[in-house]
Amino acid sequence: MQEISIRIQIASIIGSVTFLFFIGRLILKGKLREEYAIVWLVCTVVLVVFSFWRDGLRVLAELLGVFYAPSLVFLASIFAIVIFLVHLSLVVSRLQKQIKQAAQELALLKSSHPQKENG
Amino acid sequence: MKVLVIIPAYNEESSIAGVIEEVRALDMGYDIVVVDDGSEDRTGEKAMNAGAHVLSLPINLGIGAAMQTGFHYAIRRNYDCAVQVDGDGQHPAQEIPRLVNALATGDADVVIGSRFLEKKGFQSTFSRRAGIMYFEFLHKMLTKVHVTDSTSGFRALNRKALLVVDKYYPDEYPEAESIVLFSRNALKMQEVPVIMRERQGGESSIRRVTALYYMFKVTLAIVFTYLRLKNRRR
Repeated sequence: MQEISIRIQIASIIGSVTFLFFIGRLILKGKLREEYAIVWLVCTVVLVVFSFWRDGLRVLAELLGVFYAPSLVFLASIFAIVIFLVHLSLVVSRLQKQIKQAAQELALLKSSHPQKENG
Repeated sequence: MKVLVIIPAYNEESSIAGVIEEVRALDMGYDIVVVDDGSEDRTGEKAMNAGAHVLSLPINLGIGAAMQTGFHYAIRRNYDCAVQVDGDGQHPAQEIPRLVNALATGDADVVIGSRFLEKKGFQSTFSRRAGIMYFEFLHKMLTKVHVTDSTSGFRALNRKALLVVDKYYPDEYPEAESIVLFSRNALKMQEVPVIMRERQGGESSIRRVTALYYMFKVTLAIVFTYLRLKNRRR
């Protein structure tokens, strides 16, 4: 395999570190809850590692018997995305259930007070 | 017997007052609660003016979740029986005592008003009847229960059944799915012939565009409810 050019390495290091920084900032500001950030942090760390460890992808591909190394990247990333989407669907389902319960409780509570016109 | 009539309503301002008045005119001492499922029109106000107790959901949750709100209410206020009557005027109030009597005298926990037992009154369109027959088949396959009108929302539940639906009730299109729920919870069902009318106002929750989605979603829900409760029992 050809030596990966130093420019693309610098670009990928900058890209992944920026992404890590961005995720970190979101958590700090309280916009992203830690439990949902874990996946992103792990992904970003993987990106950073491979940006520094140039031969990593090739070594890993050989280890797994993958003939064309870049396809490993696609496989891994699609797998990660699918898992994360399922996770998000679970979160949404749970939220929907909780919102339903909250709304029902609210309707019952409102009704237990004397009902007002234009209330 | 303390009977609660639950009327779920979403944007039914044109028909809701009539439905309530019809139930009140029976003079059977039934309490009426209207669950206003986040209507954008004046459904809640009209229901209140017509003399019903109104539970107003702050957001639109779907008819199943609205019904469940009524079931919660029935359980908390210790009603012995809850009757579901749709807010669109499809279910004539004079048939309510029939359902309640069947519940009181028979050994059923759930009494369902069926359009098809005596084939009288509004019989729905051909495609809907085909859909209903499909569910009839599905239910017979899975639960060995024969329900001719599983999509009928005209039902009476006793306290035993109320305790089940208080815990879980489907949000969307609950009628067909709940048959499996009842049967898996060992509740006895009985059908009573009733005469239904065409809806007096508002829009059906099942429109043409969503019919396919409806069939698919409900089939999925029926099968999964069946599997879930089967595993729980073991």
